[in-house]
Amino acid sequence: MTALRWRTAALADPTSARRALAVVLVIGAAIAFVLFRGQATLTHDDDFPLFRSLNGVRDVVDDNRYVLDPIRSSVASLVDVFNFAIASLGWPGIIGIAGALGLVFGGGWLAILAVTGFASLGILGLWEASMATLGLMLAAVMIAVAIGVPLGILAGRSRRASAVIAPVLDVMQIMPTFAYLTPMTLLFFIGAAPSTVATLIYAIPPAIRITALGIRGVPEATVEAATSLGATSRQVLLKVQLPLARRAIGLGINQTIMMALSMVVITAMIGAPGLGRNILSAVQKVDVGAAFDAGLAIVILAIILDRLTFAAGEWLDPRSHFTRAQTLRQRLVGWSGPAAILAAGLLAPFAVDATRFPTDITFSFRSAINQSVDWFTDSFSGITKGIKDVLTANILNPIETVLTESPWWLVVVVAMILAWYLSGRRASIIAGLCLSAIVLLGLWGHSMSTLANVLVATALTLAIGIAIGILTARSDRLRMVLRPILDAAQTMPAFVYLIPALALFDATRFTAIVAAVIYAVPPVIRLVEIGLRAVPLTIVEAATASGATERQLLWKVRLPLSQRALLLAANQGIVLVLAMVVVGALVGAGALGYDVITGLAQGKDFGKGLAAGVAIVLLGVMLDRITQGAGGRRRSTVARAG
Amino acid sequence: MQRNRWARWFAGIAVVSLVMVGCARAGATPIPAGPTTSPGASTGTPASVEPGASPSAVAAATCEGAGDKGSVKMMVNQWVGAAANVAVAQCLLQQMGVKVATSTLAEEVAWQGFETGDVDVILENWGHPDLEKKYIQETKLATDAGPMGVKGIIGWYVPKWMVDKYPDITDWNNLNKYADLFKTSESGDKGQFLGADPTFVQYDEALIANLKLNYKVIFSGSEAATITAFQSAAKNQTPLIGYFYDPQWLLNEIELVQVKLPAWTEGCDADLKKVACDYPAYTLNKIVRTKWLDAAGDAGTFIKNFKWTNADQNSVADAITNKNMKELDAAKVWIDANAATWQAWIP
Repeated sequence: MTALRWRTAALADPTSARRALAVVLVIGAAIAFVLFRGQATLTHDDDFPLFRSLNGVRDVVDDNRYVLDPIRSSVASLVDVFNFAIASLGWPGIIGIAGALGLVFGGGWLAILAVTGFASLGILGLWEASMATLGLMLAAVMIAVAIGVPLGILAGRSRRASAVIAPVLDVMQIMPTFAYLTPMTLLFFIGAAPSTVATLIYAIPPAIRITALGIRGVPEATVEAATSLGATSRQVLLKVQLPLARRAIGLGINQTIMMALSMVVITAMIGAPGLGRNILSAVQKVDVGAAFDAGLAIVILAIILDRLTFAAGEWLDPRSHFTRAQTLRQRLVGWSGPAAILAAGLLAPFAVDATRFPTDITFSFRSAINQSVDWFTDSFSGITKGIKDVLTANILNPIETVLTESPWWLVVVVAMILAWYLSGRRASIIAGLCLSAIVLLGLWGHSMSTLANVLVATALTLAIGIAIGILTARSDRLRMVLRPILDAAQTMPAFVYLIPALALFDATRFTAIVAAVIYAVPPVIRLVEIGLRAVPLTIVEAATASGATERQLLWKVRLPLSQRALLLAANQGIVLVLAMVVVGALVGAGALGYDVITGLAQGKDFGKGLAAGVAIVLLGVMLDRITQGAGGRRRSTVARAG
Repeated sequence: MQRNRWARWFAGIAVVSLVMVGCARAGATPIPAGPTTSPGASTGTPASVEPGASPSAVAAATCEGAGDKGSVKMMVNQWVGAAANVAVAQCLLQQMGVKVATSTLAEEVAWQGFETGDVDVILENWGHPDLEKKYIQETKLATDAGPMGVKGIIGWYVPKWMVDKYPDITDWNNLNKYADLFKTSESGDKGQFLGADPTFVQYDEALIANLKLNYKVIFSGSEAATITAFQSAAKNQTPLIGYFYDPQWLLNEIELVQVKLPAWTEGCDADLKKVACDYPAYTLNKIVRTKWLDAAGDAGTFIKNFKWTNADQNSVADAITNKNMKELDAAKVWIDANAATWQAWIP
């Protein structure tokens, strides 16, 4: 009730009341900081009692192995089945299947893409590693779909189920991938089984979310029509909702595959076979070129699977077939192409050795990349290190000082007021709970250092993302040029560009920020661009007609009208930056990320690592709620203004 | 619509059955290689530990042998020296007719493999008294197979150019004098000490506090970050002090000099909060899975006998890293030149 009243009061004179409140808040916080600086800062203690007691979790799990071992062995055997199928098909079989599927779903171009893509994995000399990755990924995706689609249907049909599932998915998506690794090795040891489960956890949310969205997207009228004709609930699901949601389910599986591929390198740390291992071992030798080859193989796999599953989703949608009335003969002709490719692939083993990709044609970017990286870092590291020093001293350090040297209660109070101001009472309570929980976890100092890093990285991500997004929204040509670069930046494992980043910026917090920005910028650019392009032409024309300049058009019309997309971009930016916290610790960011890695590596720090993983999730939930809520609130203002 | 859907179903079933026929046919064809994964060829990444995995397919012809003398799953630590150990052992074992599968794992994680059977042999173990207690003394899942010959040295290192310019920097007593040199954007008004990969044994924060040094530990976070930092410090002549160790392939590429800390004495590192002495020299040993050893026969004896030196290991690691050779090829070069050493390992 208070929230409502406060909002009404603010709405009476929205701008001046909110501005006054903001000023009071800033001044109050500044005074409190000066007065209490250095008090109640909760210095970090590696032997915090909670960490010790979390170590005990290990022994509890060890005593209950009989529950976990069957899961472990059945997941491992599923992976074996896929590996066996892939190995039995041999490389011609795999390429043949990919080509045939491409031709069926998308036509000639897709078939060419699929065939050349898979062939290039072999030409890069990475056939076996790529197939090991593919096998593990397919197993994880299969389980994810088997669990995710039914859950999605449930969430789509029942509001209550959706209310239970949604927050769980939120946490799963915010949780940094490294944070699963410690529990996974605890539960399932090392190898293919825990890697599959970790991949599954990371990749399942889109399968559930998008399926639910698809089911809910079926027009109410259609469902009612079916019900009024006497269809049972089961019939409505099977004959109406599912067929109409097929495209959405396809998209969900597509996203699940993409997410699963981005776990490849990380699961290699707990013994997953495949391309991830190539990248890790290349990184140990500081061999950027070799890491790039393996990273490129992941990008290629991602592009092929993305286009294939996307096309499959379109192809499966009954609505897309309405126009295609075909005679039997036409249909037979249509199927003969795919059948021929498939047959060629499957029969090839009689002519060539299908077990090993031929080594006659090989190609590697390794030495070219290594040479150009060396040249680049030698020429520019002086300048880049200067930039790093200036930004660290003037932006990062002051923010970190404020956060770490303020009393913890002051940070909690300010965060709660800020959350209330931006998103209302609920977000404020959540922020308070999350920060208090971090205090109880004994990780306050490290959490504040990490928070400072995350805030700076997010600010940079948004600045760069919005600027480029505005440019690409204006120019189709720029968009065409940027698209493959953005695709690659998003799918290329961060490990590949960590070493050049290290050479340019040393092992520092700033390097971690750079890595996070590279990872988080592409989706932000896309969201900003989509938002700006969605502004109705009529409004733009009206503004132009009334004499608005290009600049006014941007600031007064386009940006305000795409506020919702911008806030979504901010929200996504934060979530993605958080996902890089642990990776950042590998290049000198320290703090929570370092705690997580130490926990994975050293038994005595297991508890601390687990607690640090939880702390990252808590920071994520807080930031996510604050920005999500801000989106909802502004949305209503925009709606009213319209 | 209806017929169209039937056509699609028919096509789908046809595709699936073709695939299955393909599987069955390929499965029936006698293919010598194992059914599941095999190693990534280009970077010579070690093979997987999946049950039934085939031995390395990239092995040079001369690293292969006939016969069926059982199999071994060897763990490769995440540093190149460990890959050198494994490559030489793998080559010789395969010549003896033993199937070898390898997997790269973090140090502590690898010990779990003794419980699951995913790891039979760790060739280069650095300490880990807690794990030795749990797996060797308590559960008896693992057995100590003796020293592997290499001495592990951990310490504080600076690039060679600094010693040329500041000769007394190698004594810890003088480090405070030079603290200003090592200031960075991360360390504030103190000198930066570059801490190591979190998987390594390290207590530099306690050392710095107890020796009253005006330094702050900044953790590089990974071995790659540490190596990149030392490479850059050597190349650009920038100051750097940090945790490093021997054997390490980087030492064949650039010269680092160890800083003398108060000498290690028995028990001086008993309480890691009060420690004020250098790291001990590690006698690196081999750990094997007990059940495997009981049944391994000649392969087990070979692993027990395996013993070489820092120089041997560094030469193979250098060939892998700086000369871009594949692991087994580098191993072969060493094997050809050092018959006297390895012939003593063969049972």
